[in-house]
Amino acid sequence: MNSQKLVISPAPHIHGSNDTRRMMGDVLIALVPALIVAALVYGLQSIVVTAFSVASCVLVEWFVQKFMLKGPSTLGNLSAVVTGVLLGFNLPANIPLGLVAIAAVVAIGIGKMTYGGLGKNLFNPALVGRVFLLVAFPVAMTSFPEAAGAVSGATPLAMAKEAIKAGVPAVEVMQSVDLGAMSLGMKSGSLGEVSVVALLLGFVWLLVRRVISWHIPMCVLGSMALFSTIAWVCNPAEFMSPMFHLLSGGAVLGAVYMATDYVTSPMTKKGMVIYGVGIGVITMLIRLWGPYPEGMSFAILIMNSVVPLIDKYVRPKRFGAPKRVK
Amino acid sequence: MKTFPIGGIHPSDFKEYSKGAAIEQFPIPAVVNIPLAQHIGAPAVACVAKGDRVVVGQVIATAGGFVSSPIHSSVSGTVTAVGPMADAQGNMKPTVTIAVEGDEWDESVDRSQTIVKSSNLSPKDIVAKISQMGIVGMGGATFPTHVKLSIPDGKKAECLIINAVECEPYLTADYRVMMEQGERLLLGARILAKAIGVEKIYVGIENNKPDAIAYLEKLACAYLEVEIVPLKMRYPQGGEKQLIAAVTGRQVPSGGLPIDVGAVVQNVGTALAVYEAVMKNKPLVERVVTVTGPKLASPKNLLVRIGTPMSALIDYCGGMEGVGKVIAGGPMMGRAVSNIDAPVTKGTSGVLLMPTEESLREKEGECIRCAKCVDACPMGLEPYILNILTQKHDYDELERHWIADCIECGCCTFSCPSYLPLLDWVRIGKAEVMKRIRERNAKK
Repeated sequence: MNSQKLVISPAPHIHGSNDTRRMMGDVLIALVPALIVAALVYGLQSIVVTAFSVASCVLVEWFVQKFMLKGPSTLGNLSAVVTGVLLGFNLPANIPLGLVAIAAVVAIGIGKMTYGGLGKNLFNPALVGRVFLLVAFPVAMTSFPEAAGAVSGATPLAMAKEAIKAGVPAVEVMQSVDLGAMSLGMKSGSLGEVSVVALLLGFVWLLVRRVISWHIPMCVLGSMALFSTIAWVCNPAEFMSPMFHLLSGGAVLGAVYMATDYVTSPMTKKGMVIYGVGIGVITMLIRLWGPYPEGMSFAILIMNSVVPLIDKYVRPKRFGAPKRVK
Repeated sequence: MKTFPIGGIHPSDFKEYSKGAAIEQFPIPAVVNIPLAQHIGAPAVACVAKGDRVVVGQVIATAGGFVSSPIHSSVSGTVTAVGPMADAQGNMKPTVTIAVEGDEWDESVDRSQTIVKSSNLSPKDIVAKISQMGIVGMGGATFPTHVKLSIPDGKKAECLIINAVECEPYLTADYRVMMEQGERLLLGARILAKAIGVEKIYVGIENNKPDAIAYLEKLACAYLEVEIVPLKMRYPQGGEKQLIAAVTGRQVPSGGLPIDVGAVVQNVGTALAVYEAVMKNKPLVERVVTVTGPKLASPKNLLVRIGTPMSALIDYCGGMEGVGKVIAGGPMMGRAVSNIDAPVTKGTSGVLLMPTEESLREKEGECIRCAKCVDACPMGLEPYILNILTQKHDYDELERHWIADCIECGCCTFSCPSYLPLLDWVRIGKAEVMKRIRERNAKK
């Protein structure tokens, strides 16, 4: 008998390249271009806010895990870092750092750890933090620094909403915005949503690395485009063009980085389509008729709450399932 | 290019280690241990006793029922023991031990290299012969071949599919058989087709073996009923249901058998064994085994007598240095071996030596609901739910989530970024649910 000690474990004996830490790392890499543009547009302050947000989120998770849940450290999977960056991206660059710390406590402490930590939370933690600030500190959350080259400190969405409410025809408002400059970053807003081009660059990276699939982002943006086109064609005097809606506010940041959060999105491709379309439609309803100029955060949180239901009823296509009799 | 419809993964194939090594006859060892349960079904019943003289090809154990298979001596010599012996996992199994003397074969076996192309046997006689010769599925499942060829009343076979996919990484035994014994392989396929009365033979091969596809296509010019079907590389294409779907586009219904869609699937090694059994009267006494591993000095494809200790093959190919895990079969579905002195059996397609650093699993984390397991499952199941439900012992819900459909291919565990042992749990849940289904059916 050979005395060498051998490892015994059930098959499979090999593992693929998927790894939580690597996938979270890929998300962070994907967000780098947007952070660079934010720094160029709003100055170093945007990096300070993001870094502070990351540090706060990591600290809160470490604290809760060590002293309240009393479990092993969960920081290694980098998910708290991703939440931190995304939370920072959803804040104005000139926000007081004290508010960032509050947002981090709400995001990680309430939005994630109360549910039991990674994988258990119902709502996207970064958005829980952002929406808390939006409701509790509306002034700080809606006064943006003036971006280099932007017309004013208001976001294009807020500007358009005010103008249309004041009776200015949407066509005229459209003439005052430069969509090309806007998509590059010449606009006011949360620091991460500043450049659609940079965000899309990251999207391509995530697709190439197979971190996410196209379903959720495309369904969010596609349904937004469709919805706004219909509204615009019906009444161009009152509604802004679809391009304006896709390029402004948190459309791309939300669709690509927030709505695709693994934990809070559906498990099947079909479910992802329903979820994505739901987000797009709710976002447009809020933007066109709601009290807020932007509705992406609310739309994602609302659809987050529907995910368990979607997962219960929308099941994957099964191999060898009997064909439905018509 | 064709492939199966749902899920699947793309592991690196690691076949470069051994694919160039031509099949080599492994020297006959001094002692062989031949287990009596080398197939699915009832174990064979020993018909020799201590002290008996045996020759190669002689029956040493008879089939223990219809779903069973006889066992033949793989060597000539004297039976020194009939009794329990540790198998590869350390379980005690009835085994015949033979001390080897010379290499004397049963006279009825045609050992010449001449290729015999035709026989007058009727389909019924072919099946009987395959049963007598102890042929079982050699891809690893070891289901007795004659049972698979006995088409139940009311069903009709429409095509034979030869499984030449060999989708397990590392393994190259089937590939070498295709390259070196292609003609015999096709003749074996022809015999199998005759046995089940079908006109059409498909040979499914993945496109990571372009030379095998080209070679068999050339040979198939003389076999008009044979169609070589190149398949897009994707694991688990060699799974029976996946292969049928890839080749014919038909899905075996949930809970059903291949014959429900008119297909019978046989592996490359089995087809070769059938040729030898029917045309050359040679029982299943030896098989091709891939001995390989990332750090092994000289990986090989060896023609090995059944009952040879795996440790002898390992020593022959470079030894155990730096090895942390020995796997009988491939890395996706093979079983870890605790007793490397256990014998090669009819189902041993490979002996894979994993280096120590690749032997241990990563530490498991939390499910992050990334849905990679759902995307990977070739049966369209939701492994993440099965994992939770098994841990909650909720067997009714597990059955409603179709756990019985699981083919245990390992795609879910392979693709989990949190290294959850999904399939470990699913196996536990599936075993319990299958038990409940059997009990319920027995009551009816």
